[in-house]
Amino acid sequence: MAELDTSGGGKKDGGKIRTKKKNARVDLTAMVDLAFLLITFFILTTTLQKPKAMDLTMPDKDEKDDTRLPVPETRTMTVLLGSNNKVEWFMGMPSKPLTAPTVTGFGKTGIRESLMEKSKQVLAASGKPMIVIIKPSDKSTYADMVTMMDELNIVGNEQRAIVDISPVEVDLLKRDNVY
Amino acid sequence: MAKVKVPRKSTAIDMTAMCDVAFLLLTFFILSAKPKVQDPLHADIPASTTIAALPETDFSSLLVAQGKVVFSVEGADIRMETLKGMADQYKISFTPEEIKQFASLDGYGFPISFLKQYLAMPSSERAKYAPTGVPVDTTDNNELYWWVKNARKADKLVHSKELRIAIKGDSKEEYPTIAKIIKTLQKQKVNKFGLITSLRTVTK
Repeated sequence: MAELDTSGGGKKDGGKIRTKKKNARVDLTAMVDLAFLLITFFILTTTLQKPKAMDLTMPDKDEKDDTRLPVPETRTMTVLLGSNNKVEWFMGMPSKPLTAPTVTGFGKTGIRESLMEKSKQVLAASGKPMIVIIKPSDKSTYADMVTMMDELNIVGNEQRAIVDISPVEVDLLKRDNVY
Repeated sequence: MAKVKVPRKSTAIDMTAMCDVAFLLLTFFILSAKPKVQDPLHADIPASTTIAALPETDFSSLLVAQGKVVFSVEGADIRMETLKGMADQYKISFTPEEIKQFASLDGYGFPISFLKQYLAMPSSERAKYAPTGVPVDTTDNNELYWWVKNARKADKLVHSKELRIAIKGDSKEEYPTIAKIIKTLQKQKVNKFGLITSLRTVTK
């Protein structure tokens, strides 16, 4: 226990000098409080600060590889990432889109809604999952790309690719003032 | 009526055991906590709902902020082997002392020509130099390409595992910078890599 032996210190030969016996019990409550406070601090900082890694698989760039399959335009949704966290999406080809290009933002009411709706339609029409092609423009930021990938993760879309943007699509973004 | 005398008990509890336990736990948490490495460049990482944690070994990260890249790889043994590979590539010879210095570096964000001078400095002096970034461009022979390549070789050699590469980018970083890095990685057939994000709870 926290008591120390305080009986020593007197003369051995039975002299009269005696030290006063003090109680060495220390109140440890404050110390325990402090220790638990620090524990709490360390628990919270170690678990919350762990960064996460999102896996990103890019399409193979090898030119010699001829195994690439053409993608059916009815199943393809192209998402262009513009400036100021805006995205523009359409189905099909950029030159003759099947749906009119729509400018929207991220989040529940933005691209996620369109993704959900379109993937359901595509699945019902063809029985196959929708393919999403992400084309980040030069004006988009890294956060846009990550948010877009995250939206696809939330929606549960597996078939996706990040592809370089073409001039036609840049013009489209310019037309809608998101470039 | 006879008065029942309740013996007065002391309210003081012996805290010693509790104190012991508390400090034992405290010691454990302090020791298991990884000291937070100060990034050489400030990067505000984007949030996502991914919950997969980062690997702690066989892992290399590319910090991207303000258009600059800082290369880092985990593990002193792999760093040493990487530097040896770079020495061969760029025909620079490093002394054992310099290799040891490099093994303790958290990241390197300068052109390779500056490395010898950088390693000769004491660590207090190093902090004064803001990283200028590992040179990266769209050509086949940029320095980042060789850093990554040699780190991958080193990991294969030392741990015989495939090195995992992750990009730690600033949210506000413009996409072309990221595209350049992704192109550099794809040139060496690294088609799968990680993006480091912080955790965000799903807003439903």
